[in-house]
Parts: sequence; structure tokens; C-alpha cells
Amino acid sequence: MDLTLSDADEQFRAQLRAWFSANASGDEPVGDEDGHFEWRRRWQRKLHEGGWSGIDWPTDYGGRGATLTQSAIFFEELGHAGAPLPGNIIGLMLSGPTIMTWGTRDQKDRYLPPILAADEIWCQGFSEPDAGSDLASLKTRAVRDGNEWVVTGQKVWTSFAQYSDWCILLARTDPDAPKHEGITYFLMDMEQPGIELVPLKQMTGESEFNEMFLDGVRFSDDRVLGGVGNGWKVAMTTLMNERAGLGFFLQVRLRQLVDRLLLEAEQRGRLKDDAVAERLGDLHCRTEALRLLAWKGLTAIERHGQPGPEGSLTKWLWSETNQMLTQSSVDVLGAEALTQGTAWPWSFELLRARGNTIEGGTTEILKNIVAQRVLGLPRSR
Amino acid sequence: MNFDLNDEQQEIRTTARSLLAVRGNELDWKELCELGWPGIAVAEKDGGLGLGLVELAILAEELGRACGGAPFLGSVLASLVIGKAGSESQREHWLPQLVGGEMLGALAIRNEPSLIPDAAPGRLLVLANGDGTAELFPGGPVEAVDAVDLRRRHGLFDDPGGEGDHLDVDPGAAIAAAMVVVAAELVGLCRRALEATVAYVRDRRQFDVPIGSFQAVQHTAAQMLRDTEAAAIATYYAAWIGDNRSDGFETAASMAKALASDAGRSVTASAIQLHGGIGFTWEEDLHWLFKRAQVGAIYLGGSGAHRAGVARRLAASASK
Repeated sequence: MDLTLSDADEQFRAQLRAWFSANASGDEPVGDEDGHFEWRRRWQRKLHEGGWSGIDWPTDYGGRGATLTQSAIFFEELGHAGAPLPGNIIGLMLSGPTIMTWGTRDQKDRYLPPILAADEIWCQGFSEPDAGSDLASLKTRAVRDGNEWVVTGQKVWTSFAQYSDWCILLARTDPDAPKHEGITYFLMDMEQPGIELVPLKQMTGESEFNEMFLDGVRFSDDRVLGGVGNGWKVAMTTLMNERAGLGFFLQVRLRQLVDRLLLEAEQRGRLKDDAVAERLGDLHCRTEALRLLAWKGLTAIERHGQPGPEGSLTKWLWSETNQMLTQSSVDVLGAEALTQGTAWPWSFELLRARGNTIEGGTTEILKNIVAQRVLGLPRSR
Repeated sequence: MNFDLNDEQQEIRTTARSLLAVRGNELDWKELCELGWPGIAVAEKDGGLGLGLVELAILAEELGRACGGAPFLGSVLASLVIGKAGSESQREHWLPQLVGGEMLGALAIRNEPSLIPDAAPGRLLVLANGDGTAELFPGGPVEAVDAVDLRRRHGLFDDPGGEGDHLDVDPGAAIAAAMVVVAAELVGLCRRALEATVAYVRDRRQFDVPIGSFQAVQHTAAQMLRDTEAAAIATYYAAWIGDNRSDGFETAASMAKALASDAGRSVTASAIQLHGGIGFTWEEDLHWLFKRAQVGAIYLGGSGAHRAGVARRLAASASK
């Protein structure tokens, strides 16, 4: 065991910290969703100019070519700096790596550079009203017409679709094939007729997500990624990328909220109450365990080429802990945690956290995965 | 950064595990002493092997997994406190005896409403007073108790009235190290309970399928894994901090003890539940895991006290 970073990684952290303190992201726009997105786009451009966009992308594709450890450090420091995730996060974390793996030379040249610079924003068209956890049952159809595809169907939970230029889209191209085999992965231009976006208002009152209706959307054959009928395999590349670096950012954000709540509790004399002290201590323990599990999972990939069991545990533990934290804020802060528009957005976090155990793999599905893939239990019925 | 055990640590784990497996989880105390295990973390000049808390945690985990009767825990905890807080003459006098196994020891916290594992009349008792002092009572002023965990002897402190032989310095860091060892034993209990459960639910069939294919069973098993992994990583992190850092050890040790105390209870209880009726029988070993976890969970502070302590300590240092 050696739980210290190498000198090179410590230097990397110091360099990054210095850059973040010289280059602030600026104040977060509150109550203005469009302004909020533009703030994040500007932030990515600043990162790009500083050479920090696509931190884990290979240098061949214009990235920094950082190691997994350095990438984790980047997301930790991003969180510590109070800066937001880059605006084109789906492009950077999902579309980009998938195009690198499956794209043709032309596709890589065409799509990758504008992702890094936040010149072209991406969204993800995977989920459908009847295809959530059971993604492979998706019904959106793509039918060939000459050397074009015509797509009709409905997607849901497409974050930031209203700001997006491109969409990674899954559609069924062979309805007669077994359900995992008849799917194709497309790169869809969002600026064309037949696409209608309807904002989906969430329980927070915000509209982070959209419903996306596709009615006779046409695009040419060169928008297929990874081959016709191969979409499920290509989608797996995307989904494997979904939880990597983000976890470190979320883990730091959780840490900041726990520290903040501890401070509030201390200032209000609430830590004299054993029940409150125990609950906050528990939040600290869980947050520390999460940090350690995240690092253990990452270093297992670096050292052994595959994640240990902890890789499947972190999202589950994070989402549950974030819900416990925001729920505890009500006990510590009382009315303030249930009032909108306060300095620290506890009421927003309380509501937003309910989505954490659903998005990116529900807790129920994650438990199935742990039981079947880590513990080796038989497939469930 | 590397969470893997090094080759030597890996070797300790493999040796302990395979030896315990061959002997049906029960090692003779004499044999265990010949292997040098009670002195693994005792300085070489005091007759030990001079290794660290990580190595001691590895052995405690393996012996926890075995859940046998060897009086290992009490003696290593007594040695830890004497080694870190005792005077030179106390160390010279007691440690070789404890390491060699001629004398057995135990550690107690004054006024703690917990059983003392491995404590018995005639054994050495180290008593931490909770005020930064600790004393030695060679006669073992304890009342023997038949605890639920019958595989190990337990006692309650029976105050002899007079003072014992006071240790030199504040035993705080040594008590923290002791917590990590108890946490490691609890992790071992969890690992055994989880392995037994996974094997059982894959094998046991109802409704013509293995019960492990039912999601209700899978989700409980997944929770057992998460609790075990969180407790394990917190325990080895604390052990590493204890061996390599001067700051933050007591908080890390409290965190390990809190997570392992809760995991020990819940994982062994879930193991009984998922085994169904057979899990409730005397023949099946699970009840010993559950019983030992019950004692360990409240010994040297329960999870509630540790969590509250962690929160207050962090808040106090943050508001400075």
C-alpha cells in the first residue's frame, strides 16, 4: 500500500491549482438556465485555451493525454475550485471517446476538434419513454431510403438538447433481429426539420431535460458510427465512459456540502444534539469511504487493466449519501433548507438529489449488476 | 497511489489464510505464537517482528474470518498499548511474555459498557481511563462472563480499588490503533459471512431455481458487499495512516471502527437471513460470526459514539 501521489502527480495538481486560481470560472448565474449554460460553455473555452479541455483525450486528438490518475486529479481540483463542469460534458465524456473508438478517419477529423473547443455541443438520445433501464427495447426506427436514413420516434431525458448541435442517437434499423442486434448508433445533426424539443419540467422547477420528438428526420449514411446493426456494442463504449471522471467531481462536491453543513451545524449549536452529530459524522464516513473507493477503483484499472468490485459501488454509494446529506440539511437548518432562493441552495439540492438514484443507472439496476457481475449470482428473473 | 498489499503483506495474508483453512479455522495458540503472530507489530527489540499496523490488520482480519478461539486479540491490543505508551521497563518486562504467549493480555476502557474480549483472572489487563492515562493490572481484576460468543473468554472490569502500574504517556494513539485492529477483525467476519452466503444462495434451489437468482436476495447480497468493502477500505486506510502519518489518525480510526461496527452487525445478520432456517441453527457457523460481531461492535466505542466524535472533532478544527 502506498496512498501518496507520485511527485509528477503532485506537480500536476499544483500546476492545475495555480491555473485555477489565476483563471476563475466567474460567478454562477442563478435562476437563468440559458445564462447558466453559456457560462459553462465560456468556461470550457477558457479551459481549452489553457490546454485543459479533453484532459484524458489522447494528444493525437488534441487532448492533454493525461493518465487516469491525473484526470481524477483534474476533476477533484475542478470541484475544489468551485468551478462547473465544462459545457460540452456529453461531447467530452461520451461522444468523443465513442467516436475515437468506433469512428472512421473522416469522422474523427470532422467531429472531435469542435467538441474540445465547445464549438459544437452534444446531447445523448438513448432513453425512450418505454426504454429506460431496459435500453435495448428502444423503438425509435431508422429506415433506409436510398443512401439516406429516415428516423421516427421519441427520446426522453435528453439533457441540454436545446443547446446542442449534435446528438448521439440509438435507433432500431432491423426490427426482425434479436433486440440487441437490430440497433444502429448515429451521429445526428440537431439543426434540421423533423426534430421537436419539448422541455421536461422537473420537480425542481428547472428543465435540464427535454423530450425529443423525431418525425421523418433524414441524414446520410456517413452518420452511422461503428456499422449498421452494431449499435449496442458502440453504445456500451459510451456507457462505460459515463461514470469514470465524473465520479471524482461529484465526490468533491459532496465533500464540500458535508463540510458546509458541519460548519452550519456547529455555528447553530446543533452538534450538541447526539442525533445530529451522529448523522453528520456518518456523512463524513460515507464521503471518505466513497473517496477511497473511487481512488481504489481507479488505481485498480491503472495497475491491473480492470476495475475491482468498488467500481460498481461508487455511484450507488454517492447517490444515496447525497440524498442523506440533503435530507439532513433540513434537520440542521430547518426552514432555510425548505426556502427557495437562499444563499446556499439547500432546497434545490434536496429536490435535485432525488434524481441521483435514478439517472445513469437506477440503484435497483446497480444492485443487480453488483450481485451478478461482482458476486457472480445467477441472472435474475 | 496504490491500494494493493505489497508482496510481503500479500504473503502474510496467503500464509494465514491457507494455514487456517487447513486447520479448519482453529489454530493452536502455541503454534500461533511460534509463527510470531502475537508480536507482528511489536518492535524487534521487544521480541516482536517489528512490522506495522497494516500487517497486524491483515492477521486480525484473517483470524476474524476464522472466528476461532485463540486469545490473539486481547494480547495484541495489550501489546499495542504497552508498546506505544509504556515505559522502557514496562515494555521490557511485559512485551516478550505477551509476544511469546506465556502471558495473555486484554485491553479495557474504564466505564465502557462492553465486554472485554480475552480478559480473564490471572491475565494481564491494560486499563485506559479515558482521561489520557492508562494502567496495568497484572492480576487481571475481571469477573469472568459467559458471553454469547462462547469461543472466546470475556470479562468485565472488577475494580480492585487501588491504582495499577501507570503507563508513561497518553495512550490515545495506541487506543486508536486498537480500534483499527478490532475493525479488521470485524471485516474478517463480514468477508466470511459474505462468502458463505454467496456460495449458499447459488446452491440452494427453490421454485426450481437457485434462490440467488431472485432480486430480493441479490440486493441484500449487494448491500453486504458494499458494507464490507467500505469497512475494509476505511480500515486499511486507517492502518496505513497509523503507520505513515502523524495527523488525522484518530479520526481515520474512528471512521474505520464506525463503518466496521455497523457492517459487522448488518452483514452477519443478513447472512443468517439469506440462509433461511439453516442459518438459525447451531450447526451452521454463522451464529458465531454474528455473536463475535456483536461484541466487537460496541467494544472500544460503538458506531454512534465514533460518528458523533468525528463530527465534533472536524467541526472544532474547521472553526479554528
